[in-house]
Parts: sequence; C-alpha cells; structure tokens
Amino acid sequence: MAEGVKPRVKAPKSAAAGETVTLKTLISHKMESGQRKKKDGSPIPRSIINRFTCEYNGKSVIDVAMEPSISTNPYFEFKAVVPEAGDFKFTWYDDDGSVYETTKSVKVG
Amino acid sequence: MSFSRRDTLALGAGAVALTALPLRVSAAASADEVINAFTGGADVADGGVELTAPEIAENGNTVPVAVAAEGAAAIIIVATGNPNPNVATFNFGELSGASSASTRIRLAGTQEVAAIAKMADGSFKKASRTVKVTIGGCGG
Repeated sequence: MAEGVKPRVKAPKSAAAGETVTLKTLISHKMESGQRKKKDGSPIPRSIINRFTCEYNGKSVIDVAMEPSISTNPYFEFKAVVPEAGDFKFTWYDDDGSVYETTKSVKVG
Repeated sequence: MSFSRRDTLALGAGAVALTALPLRVSAAASADEVINAFTGGADVADGGVELTAPEIAENGNTVPVAVAAEGAAAIIIVATGNPNPNVATFNFGELSGASSASTRIRLAGTQEVAAIAKMADGSFKKASRTVKVTIGGCGG
C-alpha cells in the first residue's frame, strides 16, 4: 500500500537548548493485520508498517518495532531532548519495502 | 542436471511452502514465549513500569495505551489474548526525553495487557492491566 500514505507530525517550531519536547506522529495506513478474511473465507494478506524511527540530527530518539496489533493509522507520542537547533527525521518502514519520511526543523532560542 | 518446466514449478511451490511454515509457527507463539524472547528468560520484577490503559474499551480496534518506565532502555507491549501477542517494542535512543510513549493498539477481546521494561542495568520490570473489550478488533 504505497498510495495514500500521508505522515503527519506535530513538533514544536522552537525550543530552549536542552528542553524536553513532546512529539506526536500519525501516518495514514490501513495496517492490514493478516487475521481478517474476505467473504469467501480466504485470508487478506498482512500489510503493515513494521518499523518507525525518529532521529534528531542523526542521533536516535526512538525506534519502534511494530506488529499487526498496532491500530490502523498508527499514532505515536513520545518525548525528545533538543540539545541544539536541527531537524527531526521521522521514518516509517512498510512491509512492501516502501519508506515514508518526513522532517521537522526546530529552532533554538 | 537440467530442470523441466514442471520440476521448476514444483521446486518453487515447495520453497514457498517452506518459507510460509515458520511464519505460521511464530504467529502462534504464546505471550510467555514473546516475553521470554524479550527478556532472555531473566527474572521480571513487578512494578516500576507505568502502563496506562482504559478499564473498558468499547472498540477493540483502537485502544489507547501509554507506557512509561524511568530509566528504561526498551519497553515491549504484550497483548496476552491476541492471536499475535507481540504488539510493539519501543527502543529509546540517546536523545529520548523520557522513557515513555503512547500509541493505539488492537485487542481481540477482554484480556490482560502487559508492559515489560528493559532497564539500563539489564534488569526487567513489568506491569499489567486487564482491559475489557466490548467489540474485538481483529476481524472475523
């Protein structure tokens, strides 16, 4: 499912050096679990995003291994420390090999 | 040695069956196996982990859960009653502000949800909570 996937991220535009900020991410994805069946009884194959990572200036903030039990349109909220101005890089890895990326810049001061 | 078209097809089908087999087995892994795979069989102490989940979830398709454990390097969420009990593993990096995260998960029915934290010193801590689910979230 490479089409119609839209990542949304809520991050502060500016922060004090060393401040802990809260990040909220949402990506539209149906997260087909592989458990559901079609009307004729055949299973619908699994198709999920299996990994999500967040980095700030190349340093890891969080790395999430996701399984089919994560809901449709996976949502994550977590905290990060902002030591200096830079960019948050958010990456989602799909089962089909697609990679969805988005970045958010943060100013310090 | 040369392969006829028929041989090649048979080989391909066999290979597909072989690769599909271990997937089936791992999907049926029990919650205990998932926890053991994470802890490596080490002792898990109760407490020290905060797991926030609703007491009653009307819709099992999207149940908000939050985990927090001070000083944790990684936290795993396990839904003991799901067909695939492993839900998510959070690995906190060096710029993580706090070892906490929240997300939304699927629950197949009323069951116990557990969070196991791997602390920085290598010990393990656990919290669990029973969530009543009105409508299951794994399809039929």
